Formats: sequence, structure tokens, C-alpha cells
Amino acid sequence: MTLAAPSDLSSPSPAPRGLQPEGWLRYFSFSLDHKVIGLQYLVCGFLFYLIGGALAGVIRTELASPISDFVSRDTYNQVLTLHGTIMIFLWIVPVVNGAFGNYLIPFYVGARDMAFPRLNAVAFWLIPPAGILLISSYFIAGAAQSGWTAYPPLSLTTPATGQVIWILSVLLLGGSSIFGGINFIATILKLRRPGLKMMQLPMYCWAMLGTSILVVLSTPVLAGTLVLLSFDIIAHTGFFNPTLGGNVVVYQHLFWFYSHPAVYIMVLPAFGLVSEILPVHSRKPLFGYTTMVYSILGIVVLGLIVWAHHMFTSGTPPWMRLFFTIATSFIAVPTGIKFFNWLATLWGGRISLNSAMLFACGFIVNFVFGGITGVALAQVPFDIHVHDTYFVVGHFHYIVYGGTVFVVFSALYHWYPKFTGRMLNEDLGRLHFLLTFIGFNLCFAPQHWLGLNGMPRRVAEYDPQFTLLNQVSSVGALLMAVSTLPLLINVLWSAWKGQPAGDNPWNALTPEWLTSSPPPVENWIGEAPLVQHPYGYGQAEGLMDVKVASGRQLWDGGNR
Amino acid sequence: MQIPSALITLLVGMILVLTGLWVGYNVDLLPIEASSNAPVYDDLFRVLFSIGTMLFLGILGLLIFSLVRFRRKPGQLGDGLAIEGNLPLEILWTAIPAVVVLFVGIYSYDIYERMGGMAALNDHSAMGHSAMHQAVAGDGGGQEGEGAIPAVVWGGIGVAPSAVPALPVEVTAMQFAFIFHYPGADIISGELHVPADRPIELRMKANDVIHAFWVPQFRLKQDVIPGQPTVLSFTATRPGSYPIVCAELCGPYHGGMRSTVVVHEPDDYDAWILKNTPAAATA
Repeated sequence: MTLAAPSDLSSPSPAPRGLQPEGWLRYFSFSLDHKVIGLQYLVCGFLFYLIGGALAGVIRTELASPISDFVSRDTYNQVLTLHGTIMIFLWIVPVVNGAFGNYLIPFYVGARDMAFPRLNAVAFWLIPPAGILLISSYFIAGAAQSGWTAYPPLSLTTPATGQVIWILSVLLLGGSSIFGGINFIATILKLRRPGLKMMQLPMYCWAMLGTSILVVLSTPVLAGTLVLLSFDIIAHTGFFNPTLGGNVVVYQHLFWFYSHPAVYIMVLPAFGLVSEILPVHSRKPLFGYTTMVYSILGIVVLGLIVWAHHMFTSGTPPWMRLFFTIATSFIAVPTGIKFFNWLATLWGGRISLNSAMLFACGFIVNFVFGGITGVALAQVPFDIHVHDTYFVVGHFHYIVYGGTVFVVFSALYHWYPKFTGRMLNEDLGRLHFLLTFIGFNLCFAPQHWLGLNGMPRRVAEYDPQFTLLNQVSSVGALLMAVSTLPLLINVLWSAWKGQPAGDNPWNALTPEWLTSSPPPVENWIGEAPLVQHPYGYGQAEGLMDVKVASGRQLWDGGNR
Repeated sequence: MQIPSALITLLVGMILVLTGLWVGYNVDLLPIEASSNAPVYDDLFRVLFSIGTMLFLGILGLLIFSLVRFRRKPGQLGDGLAIEGNLPLEILWTAIPAVVVLFVGIYSYDIYERMGGMAALNDHSAMGHSAMHQAVAGDGGGQEGEGAIPAVVWGGIGVAPSAVPALPVEVTAMQFAFIFHYPGADIISGELHVPADRPIELRMKANDVIHAFWVPQFRLKQDVIPGQPTVLSFTATRPGSYPIVCAELCGPYHGGMRSTVVVHEPDDYDAWILKNTPAAATA
């Protein structure tokens, strides 16, 4: 009954693993096990999240007073550049793609590992050196000072060492991302268990397929752009240098051709994870599976043709401003479909309001808010006033923190029992949610008003009339920092002392729960279950599909 | 006696719409209006704010209602309803956002046109020839024999055709200041002085890095880009002093790169010009 997947040949399971270390040492090794790699991504990403969060603390401390008094102006610009780069490239992208993707996708397609296990390990092991390189640039010669966007000519005129290290680091991280994307596409398309059709896959697979297509199409453009930028810095070429005949706006087009899809690279996997979490805890099928799939594909296509809405105040002619207004607005349609479908999934369910559910619902609230401000920002006349202000800062933190990071926490509460075999503590979890939700909204909601009334982004000093709301925002940031403590205590304490979870504490139907917790190497002892109805909740016992019953009941003895 | 759910839905919908409209038109989040463009902008803002409030409160209400109404009560062990989808419902909530978005898009196009955003940027050449003009001016320049505008304008909000000719002001942005030059009077100033109720055309260029010219009370912003001249046209309406803010990260003192625009009554403006014009137009 063994499945002749390619991974079986490279790592035979019953034999001793030889050079591969066992136990906790696996997590520090060049392991080929997708579950080990997934957790490597998760823990590594979380460490960078703590560093990025500390940098955010520096920013909010500086902004607690209207004058530049906490760090020097140069340092402030280095801090905001590092904060953005770390949070995007070392926390959100690796965690929603690399961590959960690697852990879950092989389960969902019924495979024993990813399509290219070695490429997978290489992709992860590019991240720690890239991150250390980036952070070390601060200590070597001062980090880059031109923001995570690195617009020339500013990036050509600020100290070169920091900028070149920044480029090198982002190139490594982009490479890691591309390797991961190729691996996900190959795994989802080619490693599905025989009998499992595309339209039977859990929604996270579709989200990761769409995301990976975006990664593979757009990341190389960023890489090429940054290589040219580094030539401008090191070899004094003139690609983007106006004094040598270069064109600075072309850089912006190339940069946003990657970096707008990057927003979807950060949120589409989160959409996928929410689609897994909501049905389980509301005990209902995912509403509108087919429209969910098509809306993901719609977002992928539209996501590639909206980049210039980041450039409405730049050197863009009127027709371009209008075209990108319309294209951007229309992304709201497939996105809206997903949110209505999630609400319909909750409707009529038997909802357990546990920490995973609370964070998922917090995500819905925050993302809807960020989505509404996003549609407003898509309108050229609206954007011309608030572009590059704290309104935009508020907006995108509602998307990437209120959206994606809330989902990461939700997913952590949901899958921690699978990772460790133990439950996380619910009381600490709810405290974590409460602190995070209040702190987050306190921090970022006032920023919309600040932007509308005249506070630009990326400043170390501001008009004193904005002091009060900036201090409110800083208090919110402090609450968010404090909210990390219950999470850290919970995760560490529960790993040893948490209540044993059993194999399937949520009575979920998706295939990762149809094995032991934590799962064995190569995921299942014996044949992988064939799950053709991953959201088959809410059916009366007698009406259950025979095929569903065979896969699931094999593992939990038929009791739900 | 049960109140029919259709009636309740209708009532909730009406309350939602009225709340959205009330919030949109009564909660004032914007600074004062000081240009002809600002009231137009604020109309758009109120529409977006109303629609946004309705959507947000509606979804928030639906979510909280679901979480309370459909929470798992003690003793309930079974699953929820096995509803896998509802195609007519999904078509409905695809169509409604599509219509709303289309309406918002067309409306904001209208607003942008009223702001003068669709005016031709390079109106010194004939309308249809602007593309060719750009191509020519790239290498040789000067073939047109115009000579007044040194280079092609790459972006911004151009001057709408009107009876009153626009007053040109040349803006140079540099780390970390704006310099304003009045070509007619040969005045160089660190502050922008403009008359009320007259179209102004800022011709903007940068010497070092990208900056952005922003006056929140005018609701207008335009990047100032090295190598790519841009324009920004507006008509100030309300005499007073308003901040000019640099909105594009331009270096360590970016936060300190601020200036002031002083909007004068037309007579005061003439007096200001007279007072500041160099005595004998020094060579």
C-alpha cells in the first residue's frame, strides 16, 4: 500500500535517517521534511517579527513628541527602512507562504512531502543569512535610509554600503520566495493523490497556487530592478540617475510591478487560511467554494494590472491615473465576494468562540475597514490628497497587520495542536486577542485622521497640533507590544504543560487532522486518505458520503 | 405574533443607509477648504465616507449578530446547517459591489475632471501632437520654436482653459526647502504668495531627489521629480496662511521640509508683488 512518490525514493522512511539529526536538532538542520521546514519558517519569522516590532517601538517612541528627540534623523530613517523590510520580507511573506504553506500543502494534496524537498530546504536557509545581513548593515555602516521602497535618486545619494547590503538581502529573500513559489505550484499541480481533483482541494491550496503564480511572475522583475539600482550605486551607471539621463519614474513602475502583487502575496494565503479555520469552528461547509476559487484567480489577474495606483502623484499622465483607478476599484469585487462568503459560512453555524475564531473574526473586521479605505485610496482625486500620508500608513497596517497578522495568530491557535500535540491555553489566548485588537485599533485608527489633516508619512517631526493623537497611537503600539507576552508565555508553556490535544481536537475533516499529532515523518502511516469533501460539515450521519467516511473514519474510529 | 423577517431586514437596511448618510455628511474629518478644488474633493469624500460607513457597519453588525445568534450553546454537540452555497445570492453580492464600484469610479472620474485633472499637460503643442512632441523634445528639443517651456511636463494637474490666464510660479524643490520664483516680477521667495480666486500654475522641478508638494487645505499634492518637470494648477479661494508639506521621503530632514502658502486678497497680492520686486530688475 505504499505510494511511489518521488520523495519516497530520496528518503526511505523505515531506515535510520543517517546524516539527518533526530529530535530538536532537526530544527537547526538542513532537514528535508516539509513539516520541519514549515516550523523553521514559522519560528524564524516570529523572531524577526519581534525585531521588527522593536523597531516599530522606536518609531512610535520618536513620534510621541512632535520634535526629533529620541534618535537621530539618520537613525530614524534607517529604523523605518528596516521596520518595513523586516516585516514584509522576513515576517509576513515567509510565514503565510513558507511556514503554513510548507506545513499544510503536502497534507492537503495527499503527498508525503513537497515536490522538491531540497529546493525547499535551500529556500528556507536563504532567509536567516539574508535577515542577519540586513540587520548587521545597521552595525557595519548604517542601514539603508531610503525606505523599503528605495526610490532613486534618494537611494543613490544616501550612504551606499547600507543600500547595497539592503539590495543584496532583498535579492536573497526574493530568490527564496521564487524557489518556494515554484515548489508550491509543482506540488499542487503534480503531487495530488490519485483521485483528488483540483476542485476538491482545500481553499488554502488555491490561495497558495494563486500566490505562487504572482511570486513567480513578479518577483524576478523586482530582482532585475534592484540589480540595475545596485549598478547605479556601485558602477555609477545611469539607469535611474536623472543627472546621467536616467528615469526615476521607471524605477517606480518596475518596483510596484512587484510590490503591489506583493500585497496579494501577503493577503491571499491569509484568505486561504481563514477559509480553512472558519468552517471548522462554525461547523459548516465553506460557503460558495466555486466562487471562492474564481475570486482568488480574479484577484491574481487584477493584482497584476493595478501597480500604478501607488504613483498617482508621480510623473503619470492623466489617462494612466484613470486606468489604474478603475482597475484597482474592481479588485474590491472578488475580494468582496470572499468576505460575503465567509459571513455566509458563519451564518447558521454552531460557532465556538475560541481564540482561533476570535482572531479570524478580528481579521474580517480589520480587513473590511482596510478594504474600504483601500477603495477610497484607489480614486485618483481622493489619493491626491492623502497619498504618502499617515492615512496610507493606517490603511496598509489594517491590511497587513489587521488582516494578515491576525490570521497568522488565528492559524497558530488552530494548528498548534497539530504542530505539538498539545492545546494552547484558551484564557491566555483570549487575553492575547483582546490586547491585540484594542492595541491595534488604538494605534492605527487615529492615523487616518492624522493623514487627512496634514501629517505626511516617514517623518521624525511633525506639526505640534498632531501631538495628542500621535500619543494615543503610541499607547496603542505599547499595548500591541504587551500583547505579545501572553502569546509567548502561552506558546512556550503549552509546549510542555499544555493539555494533550489528541489527533483531531477540532473534529476537522481536512487531511492534516487525519493523522497523529504531531504527524509522523512522511505524514501518514500507510496510505494517504482521499478527502474529496474537505468541508463536509453539517451533514447528518446517515447521509455521509461513503468516500469521505472511508478516509476520515479510518483514523478517528468513526466518532465525530 | 412574529414580525416577518423581510420587514426587519428592510428596516435594518433603511437604518443602515440613513446612519451612513448621517455620518458621511455630519462627521467632519477634513481640514478647512481653501481652494476651489477642496469643496469638490469634500463632496467625493462624503460620498465615499457614507458608502464606507454603511458597508462597514453592515458587515460588522452581521458578524456580531452571527457570533451571538449562532454561538455554540452548552450541550450543543452537532454541526451547523449543511449549506454549501447559494448561486443567486452570490450573484447578488457580486453584482452589488460591482455596481457600487462602477458608480464610485465614474463619479471620481467626474470629480477628477472638475478638478482639472484631465486637462492636457503639454498644451503648448497642438492637442493631438503631444505624444510626438514628447518624443521630439527628448533629444533635440526646441524644434517647435516655442522655447518658453524648457521641457515636457510628465505629470500633474494641468491648467483648465479659462478666461483668466493662469499665474505661473516656478517651484524648485531641494533638500530641504521649496524655492518659489515669480517669472513676471522676478521675485524669489521661500514662501508661496498667491492671490485668491485666480488660477495658479506651479511649474515644478527638483534638483536632487524626489519631493512632493502638498497643501492639505487645498487637497492637492504633486511629486516634484528630478529630470521630469511636473505641474500643479489650483485656484485658492480663502485668504490665509496654510502649510506646504513635503510628502515624499527626501532624506534626514524630510519632516522639517515645510513652508507656507499665503493666500492674499487680490489687492494685497499686488501690494506684496510691488513691495518685493527687485528695485531696478537687477541684471
